[in-house]
Formats: sequence, structure tokens, C-alpha cells
Amino acid sequence: MISKPNKQRATTHRARAQDLGWKLVFACWLVTAVSTLSALFLSEVMNLPPCVLCWYQRIFIFPLVLLLPVGLFPFDSKVVRYALPLSAIGWSIALFHVLLTYGLIPESIRPCTLGVPCALNQIEWFGFVSIPLLSLLGFSVINALLIATHFKVPK
Amino acid sequence: MKRKTIFLASAVALVAAFAIGTLAYQSQEANAAQAVARDTLLSRAYAPTAGPAEAKVHIVEFLDPACDTCRSFYPFVKRMMVANPGKIRVSIRYAPFHNNSDYVVKVLEATRKQGKYWESLEALLIAQPSWAPNHSPQPDLVWVQLAGLGLDLDRVRQDMNTPEITQVVQQDIADAKALKVSQTPEFFVNGKPMPSFGYEQLTALVNNAVATAYP
Repeated sequence: MISKPNKQRATTHRARAQDLGWKLVFACWLVTAVSTLSALFLSEVMNLPPCVLCWYQRIFIFPLVLLLPVGLFPFDSKVVRYALPLSAIGWSIALFHVLLTYGLIPESIRPCTLGVPCALNQIEWFGFVSIPLLSLLGFSVINALLIATHFKVPK
Repeated sequence: MKRKTIFLASAVALVAAFAIGTLAYQSQEANAAQAVARDTLLSRAYAPTAGPAEAKVHIVEFLDPACDTCRSFYPFVKRMMVANPGKIRVSIRYAPFHNNSDYVVKVLEATRKQGKYWESLEALLIAQPSWAPNHSPQPDLVWVQLAGLGLDLDRVRQDMNTPEITQVVQQDIADAKALKVSQTPEFFVNGKPMPSFGYEQLTALVNNAVATAYP
């Protein structure tokens, strides 16, 4: 038996959790949108050709820009279920790419033979910030926000 | 609603930032391209150059052999080169604004073929009042001034009319026009013109360039 005030408290608690969830997914969308526009800026404005691994990472981040807003209006915490597989695979590719640029993965299993070599750093800010590192950072934040949404918002 | 407003405002802001970034990047690229183009106009490989090739301060002087201000700047520039040994090189470009100056320029370029360019330029500048009285160069009077330099003057007369030299003069005039050189002498020190005309301004420009290139 739930008494009336208790029921009310549960409702407000639920509303607050939903609100937090919306903010988390919205923040997640901001990261995907900034990442996507940055990727497009690098290739379309600065004319830096994306390597094969860059393309695979793009495949897993571009759809999130459209997918996440669908879960924002109206808010549906299940969006995490649809978004996380994309961002998790994207994160793995980004990690692989970063390890490749640091030379931690041997030459023989490098998948890029055509076009731009993936291990080539086209940009280096402050001596260590490369495009793959930025990608890994972006995917890490996206995954963290999605996982946080999963645990903070009741089903 | 409020959430929708936040979302739409963010989306618009992001797209606007992208557009502004694109415009900023493109104008920066265009400026860089323009600087490269300007550099080509300024330093033509064929221009007579004094001073070591590795000198980091490059003075490009647009000069008219009949201009008396060029005459008074000549020893001044030479003194600056002596004061900064090995750090300055000077290229001479022509802006023959006086009537018949192009004739004198052609003579000078022809003396270059006999390795007597700087001697001839100096001799002509020193004797300028006698062959260019009242700012009107007299082609016939130029030859006397070159007599003592050991030049084969008949060869100079032939060489000065070769298409090669004509082309140099035309290119210099075209470049001077493109660089908006309207008076002589005009100096560019590592691509920078004088902020206003004068000895002090040129000295400041050169000293700055030397200080930047040789810290």
C-alpha cells in the first residue's frame, strides 16, 4: 500500500530523473553534432582527406546526430538502447585508430592500404592532440553520457 | 516548448558556427594565397641582387636610374648593408617613370651581361645630373659615363635590344603596377613597404627586419 504523499514523492522523483535523462541525452547530442560538424569541416573546408578508419568512425557518429533528437522529443530513455551499439563500435574503432597512430599496433594488421595512411597524423595540436585522439575523446564522452542515462533514468 | 527552444537554438548556433568558421578559414586561405602571389611579384629570380643569397633580410628596391631621390638613397642602402654584414641582400627592380628611363634601364641590363652591372649603376647614379639634367634623361649622354668601366659598348648597344631584356623591363613595369608602386624609390623589406616615405622609416623597417630575422 502506498500512501498518497509517498505516491506524489515517487512521481516528482520520476519527473526529476526524466529531466536529468533529457539533459544527458541532449548533452550527448551536442557532442555528436560538434563532432560531425568538425569532421565535415576537416574534410570539406580544410580539404583533409579522411582515411579508411576515419570513414568507419564517421559511419558510427553521423547517424547519432539524427537518432538522438528522436529520443529527445518526446523524451524516451530507450534511445540509449538504439544509440549505444553505434557509439560503442565507433569508440572501439577510434581506440584502434589511436593505438595505430602511436605505433602500438603492428604494421601487418593495419587495414588501410589505399588512400591516406591511417597512421599519418594530419593535424597535431599542442604536439599530441590528433584527429583520432579527438574522435576517441568524443566517443568516450558519448558512451559515458549514454551509460549514465541508462542507470539514472528508471524504465 | 522550452526544451524545443533550447534544442533548436543549439542546432542553429552550431550550424552558424560552422558557417562562420568556413568563411573565416576561406578568407585566411585567400590571404595566404595573396601573400604568396605578392611574394612572386616582388622577388623575381632574374632581378639583379647584391649581398649573400642566405641573408634573411631581403630589400627589394623599385628604382628609376633617372630619379634623384633614388640617387640619394643608394649610398644610404649600401651603408645599411655594411652595418649589417651578411644579413641583408638587395634586389633592384625597375620603375622607369621618366621619359627615356627605359632606355637607360636597358643599357644597365646589358652591362650585366658583361659582369659590370653594379659599377655601371653606380657610375650612372653618380653622374646622373650630367646625363639627366632637369629630370629629362638624354640617352646620348649616357654612353660617356660608361666609358671608363672596361665595357664593350658596342656589345652593350646590341644586347640592350634583345627580347630578353625588353621582357625584363616589361615584367618589372607590370609588377610595379600590380604592387601599386607609384613613386621611386619604393622599398619592400621582406615584403613590407615603408609606412611613409623617408630615411628614418626605411631604417626602422630594416632594423626591425634584422632584429626579427636575427634575434
